[in-house]
Amino acid sequence: MKRRNLLKGIGLGSLGMVGLSPQVKASEILNPLEGLEEKKKDPAFEQFGRTDYETARDAKLFAEQFFTKHEMKTISVLADIIIPRDSRSGSATDAGVPEFIEFMAKDKPELQTPLRGGIAWLDSQMKKRHEQDFISSTDVQRIAMVEDIAYPERKKSGMSQGIAFFSLMRNLTASGFWSSKIGIEDIGYQGNTPNQWDGPPEDVIKQYGL
Amino acid sequence: MSDFQIKAAPTTYDVIIIGSGAGGGMAAYELTKAGAKVCMLEAGQHFDPADPKYITQLKWPYQSPRRGASTKYRPFGDFDAAYGGWDIDGEPYTTKDNTKFRWFRSRMLGGRTNHWGRISLRFGPQDFKRKSIDGLGEDWPIGYEDVAPFYDEIDRLIGVFGSNENLPNDPDSIFLPAPKPRLHEMMLLKHNKRLGITTIPSRLSILTKQINEERGSCFYCSQCGRACVAYADFSSSSCLCKPAQKTSNLDIVYYAMAREVLTDPQTGLANGVSYVDTLSMEEKTVRGKVVVLAASACESARLLLNSKSARFPEGLANSSGVVGKYLHDSTGASRGAIVPTLFDRKRYNEDGVGGMHVYSPWWLDNKKLDFPRGYHIEYWGGMGMPAYGFGWGIEGINGMFPDRNGNKHEAGGYGASLKDDYRRFYGAYIGMAGRGEAVAREDNYCEIDPEKVDKFGIPVLRFHYKWSDYERLQAKHMHDTFEQIIQEMGGIALGKKPGADADYGLAEPGEIIHEVGTIRMGNDPKKSALNKWQQAHDVKNLFVVDAAPFVSQGDKNCTWTILALSMRASRHIVEERKAGNL
Repeated sequence: MKRRNLLKGIGLGSLGMVGLSPQVKASEILNPLEGLEEKKKDPAFEQFGRTDYETARDAKLFAEQFFTKHEMKTISVLADIIIPRDSRSGSATDAGVPEFIEFMAKDKPELQTPLRGGIAWLDSQMKKRHEQDFISSTDVQRIAMVEDIAYPERKKSGMSQGIAFFSLMRNLTASGFWSSKIGIEDIGYQGNTPNQWDGPPEDVIKQYGL
Repeated sequence: MSDFQIKAAPTTYDVIIIGSGAGGGMAAYELTKAGAKVCMLEAGQHFDPADPKYITQLKWPYQSPRRGASTKYRPFGDFDAAYGGWDIDGEPYTTKDNTKFRWFRSRMLGGRTNHWGRISLRFGPQDFKRKSIDGLGEDWPIGYEDVAPFYDEIDRLIGVFGSNENLPNDPDSIFLPAPKPRLHEMMLLKHNKRLGITTIPSRLSILTKQINEERGSCFYCSQCGRACVAYADFSSSSCLCKPAQKTSNLDIVYYAMAREVLTDPQTGLANGVSYVDTLSMEEKTVRGKVVVLAASACESARLLLNSKSARFPEGLANSSGVVGKYLHDSTGASRGAIVPTLFDRKRYNEDGVGGMHVYSPWWLDNKKLDFPRGYHIEYWGGMGMPAYGFGWGIEGINGMFPDRNGNKHEAGGYGASLKDDYRRFYGAYIGMAGRGEAVAREDNYCEIDPEKVDKFGIPVLRFHYKWSDYERLQAKHMHDTFEQIIQEMGGIALGKKPGADADYGLAEPGEIIHEVGTIRMGNDPKKSALNKWQQAHDVKNLFVVDAAPFVSQGDKNCTWTILALSMRASRHIVEERKAGNL
C-alpha cells in the first residue's frame, strides 16, 4: 500500500479547507487506524515483515523434525505439569507449547542437547525407580519425580542435572504459554492496539498514593 | 532507475553520499533540496515501514514461531526493524591483543535509525569543551552556539518531545508535549526526588502531535523499535530519504557496498566511489564532484583507510594518522529489580510510546567524584507485551515472597501455584541502564586487518579497545546508584551486583551502538582529519557526516548531534559550491 495512493483516494484538496487548521485536517486524513485496516487486507501483512533469507530459513526449520515422538510426548506431559489448565485458562499444550519448543530447539541449536539429554536423564531415573520411562509411569510416580527436580533450593543429592533440565523446561514452557493467545488473555495484557495514552487510571494513582 | 542511469550514462553527480542513516539521510535531504544532483549508495535493501511487506508493528508474539526471540538476523528480536546485526554473513571483523569490540551494522535504507530508541538529546555546552574542563581528551573546534541553530531546525523538522528544565548541560529545546509517566515512572519520579537524582520527561523523536502532512502522530503502541506505519517516529528512511527522493534530485543505489573513494592523481581531489554490487558481485564506479561519507563511524574510517594511492599511502585524508583512532562507544551498565508493591496490579493498557517516558540526565559534578565523565539513566518496566523470555528465571525470584495466602513459598515449583506466580509478578519488574561518556583514547582504534577480507574482497576492520578506570569507576557509580534507587522504591535488586572482577558490569565496547570518533574534527591538521566543517583537511571535496567526526561522545546519545552537524556540513557544501570553491 502506497501512502500517496491512500491520500489520493481521499482527496488531498481538502487539506486546504478554509477555517480548519491544516494540521487538524491532515491528522484526520492520516488516521493511522484507517490506513492500517487497509494494509491488513494485503496478504503480505501476514508475513510479519520477513526478509527473503528469513522466510527461507524458517521454511527449512519447519520442514525438519528434531524431537522423536517419544520426546514430544514427554515434553507435552512435562509442560502440562508445569502449566496446567485451571479455572482461568487452558494448559501449556492447549497453548501449543510442545510445538513451540520443537521449533526453538531447531532455531537455537544450543537447546538441543540439554533438552534431549534431559529427557534421557529423566527416563533413566524413572527406569531405576520403576523400571519404565517417564511417560509410561503413573501420575503419582511422575509427580514424585518432578518433586525431586522442581525445587532448586532443596539440592537433593544426585538430582542437580535434573533440576537444571526442569528449570529449562519451566522457562521454555512459560515463554511459550504466556506469549500465546491464551496466555496473553490470561495475563491481562491490554495493549498492542492504537490508543491515546493519558497516564495511569485515577484509581491506580490513588491506590499508590502518587 | 538509478542502476540504469549509472550503466548507461556516465553521469557525474554533484554529490555522492555513502550511507543512508541519520548523517547520510540528512545530507541527502539538504543537498537535494538545494538543487544538487545526488547519488546515494546504500549497502543494503529498500525499506519502508508503511509497506505491508515490511511491517512488524502491531503483530502478536504468536505470529512469530519463535515468539519474538532474537536470531542472528534480528539481534533485538524477531519483530525488530534492523536488518543486519553484530554478525553478518560474509562481512567479518576481527579484534587484536585479546581486546573486544562488537560492531552492529544495519544493511537497509535508513540504516540503524529504523530501530533505535529515539532518544534525541542535544549535547550541552560542556560536551564540546571537555578538555578545558577536566584536561582529558580534546575540545571540539566548535561550541554549542555553533550547533544550536541546527538543533532548533532539527527539532522543528523532525519533532522531539520533552520538557524545558533549564538545566546547565541539557539544553532546552523546541519540544512537543511529553507523554505522562507510567505508574513505575511516577514512582521513580517520587523516589528519585528524595534521593536528589534529577528525573525528567524523556526526550524522544516521536510525534505526540502531528507536525506535517507527511507523517501521522503517535498511537502509543510502544513499538518504535519495529518502525512505524504512520511515520510517527524518526527514521532517516521515512523522514529524510523519502522527501529527498521527491525532489527528483536523488538516485539511491541499493546493494552497493562501497570499496574505496577514488581520487584524481593530479589534483588529489575525490572524483568518485568504486563499489561492489552485492547481488551481481560486479565492481562499479560512480563519479561525483563531492564525496560525503556517512557509512557509520567505523565503516567510514574503513573506507578511508582502504582508499590508498601513491598520493595517499596511509589512506585518504589520513596525513595526520588519526583515522580509525579515538574510537569510543558509550559506556553501559544495567540492573533489574522486582517491586513487591506492584504485585497483582490492576491491568490496563500502559504501552505508551516506544521507550521510557522519564529519564535522569547527569545530575552530579565530576569534580567531586573519582571519575571524569557523566552518564544518564534510562528506565523500563510496566505491563508490556509478553514474548520469548517471559517469566524466564522465575526459580530465582518466587522463593523470595510468600504466596498469595501468606504461606512460605519454595523457589521454583510447578503447577497451579507457579502459574499464579507469573500472574502476580506481571508488571512488577523494573530496570535501569546507565549510558555514559567514555574518554576518547588514541589507543582505542580500528585499523585494516592485514590478512582478512570480506566476501566482496574488501579488507576488513580489526579493533583494539580497552576500558580504563575512568569508565570502570563510572560503571561502579552507576551500580551503586541503581541499588540506591531500587532500595528507595522498596524493590529487590535481581542478580548479583558486578564487582571489579567483572569491570563493574560494563557492557562490551560497541554493544551500546554509539561508537564515534574515528575521523575526528579539529583545527590542527596534524591532530585531526577534518576541519570544523567536517571537511577533510587533505581533500577539500571530501566530507564526513556520520558520528566519525565526533571529538567526544557526551553522556548523550549521538543521533541528534549527527543530524545537526550533517545539516550544518551540508549547508556549508552548498555555500562553497555557490562560491565556486568546490
